[in-house]
Amino acid sequence: MADFLNTAMGTALIVAAQGLLVIAFVMISLLFLVYGDRKIWAAVQMRRGPNVVGAFGLLQTVADALKYVVKEVVVPAGSDKSVFFLAPMISFVMALLAWAVVPFSDRLVLADLNVAILYVLAVSSLEVYGVIMGGWASNSKYAFLGSLRSAAQMISYEVSIGLIIIGVILSTGSLNFGDIVAAQDGSFGLFNWYWLPHLPMVFLFFISALAETNRPPFDLPEAESELVAGYQVEYSSTPFLLFMAGEYIAIFLMCALMSLLFFGGWLSPIPGLPDGALWMVAKMAGFFFLFAMVKAIVPRYRYDQLMRLGWKVFLPMSLAWVVLVAFFAKFEMFGGAYARWAIGG
Amino acid sequence: MSVVDIAFYCFAGVTLISGLFVVLSRNPVHSVLWLITAFLSSACLFILLGAELLAMLLVIVYVGAVAVLFLFVVMMLDVDFTELKSEFVRYLPVAALIGVVFLIQLGMVYAVWEPAQNAANLRAAVISDAEAHNTAHLGTLIYDDYLHLFQAAGLILLVAMIGAIVLTLRHRTDVKRQDILKQIYRDPAKAMELKDVKPGQGL
Repeated sequence: MADFLNTAMGTALIVAAQGLLVIAFVMISLLFLVYGDRKIWAAVQMRRGPNVVGAFGLLQTVADALKYVVKEVVVPAGSDKSVFFLAPMISFVMALLAWAVVPFSDRLVLADLNVAILYVLAVSSLEVYGVIMGGWASNSKYAFLGSLRSAAQMISYEVSIGLIIIGVILSTGSLNFGDIVAAQDGSFGLFNWYWLPHLPMVFLFFISALAETNRPPFDLPEAESELVAGYQVEYSSTPFLLFMAGEYIAIFLMCALMSLLFFGGWLSPIPGLPDGALWMVAKMAGFFFLFAMVKAIVPRYRYDQLMRLGWKVFLPMSLAWVVLVAFFAKFEMFGGAYARWAIGG
Repeated sequence: MSVVDIAFYCFAGVTLISGLFVVLSRNPVHSVLWLITAFLSSACLFILLGAELLAMLLVIVYVGAVAVLFLFVVMMLDVDFTELKSEFVRYLPVAALIGVVFLIQLGMVYAVWEPAQNAANLRAAVISDAEAHNTAHLGTLIYDDYLHLFQAAGLILLVAMIGAIVLTLRHRTDVKRQDILKQIYRDPAKAMELKDVKPGQGL
């Protein structure tokens, strides 16, 4: 057995099994995220939310998914069939692909890449294709308008997300998630994490993440009051389910990025307690709670305001921050809070 | 054949085939999508060479930004492509001539091309130190050894960018512009006025 596992075939099998494990984790948490999202939303609006299927409505998402799958697939007339069906697959697969490099603890990581952050950026920049292709292939004006908006929005906010991440990379001197988390380790627990030195960028990153994943208040691509449902309007059944699942997986990935980049990943907030994957999952769930609360509380932005915020406010701010961090790191100011490459890289 | 070899032939084949389909597709949007496939598989070839940073940059810059703009423009174009295709035969001789000339040039370049003496060593040097981060190596090369050249290249790009902006900048006076600050500082006391209208009199 041990001999077989050392061959190329055995290694491939192990990697495939680990990959399946990560996918299973993401998909199961997806079920409860959608449920939690709806419950939190309902609680803010003083409703009960899903409470019929399963205990406390826990199986509502399973029932919904089943319902989508057994529905009829409607293909609009004059649509480009291959692109039409490729789009939801791209959006789902790209969202899942990014999880390959997300570590849950210092040992629980599927692919420990040197350029893990760049990989996440690259894969999430591919997600935009699902939206553009879906909108174009539907042969519908509403879908096309929605996809154009979405593409512009996602590209705009990707720029500021990239710049914010550069600040963290400058402080750490490494593109590896393990190094970034290790650089936040220290004797002061949660006060060692990057959220303190990079405080303004935490807020910018959170808002950019909302815009990047098309979450309310920036869900303009699918603004149902004007564009019906944007790029998804012609989709039904499983393709629609794939779009929805891809969207939630991308949101969950942003929660994981928040936790890894600014909130110490799997490190425990209190110095005495042991570090571990549970902290990571708890932090991700906490950030998802914030995402859900924002959706429930904040009204939708206007499109021109969104673009102004992205290009005229966030971009200059994050660019200035990169320059500042470069200075702080180079001259090791503030007790070396910005220069931790000795620990990390 | 090792796994790396098989992977190389797969990605190289995909690159060539999608390059072919970029030219052959009837629909320009499909052409752009094939182009994206070609970019992605060449990024995979970079990874096989051990240049993972370049691969990621290729995906982020070309696939994530440049190709999206391509796709944007091509989708928005309202051109009748069947009409364009109908003139295919008319332009065929000229296109064939250009193709043949290009092919001959490539052939001539290839015939006289001699690889450098130490080419094999140079190629090996890229992946010899597999443990070290090639991000750091590239950083040292660009920002320490070739700093001036790199900055000069950056300056040239900056000039090109400013030039493009200047060429397309037009100041129009006949459009209403939005001044966000002015809107924010609008005061209800100054913006509206309440008048007491007596019944039967009007203003």
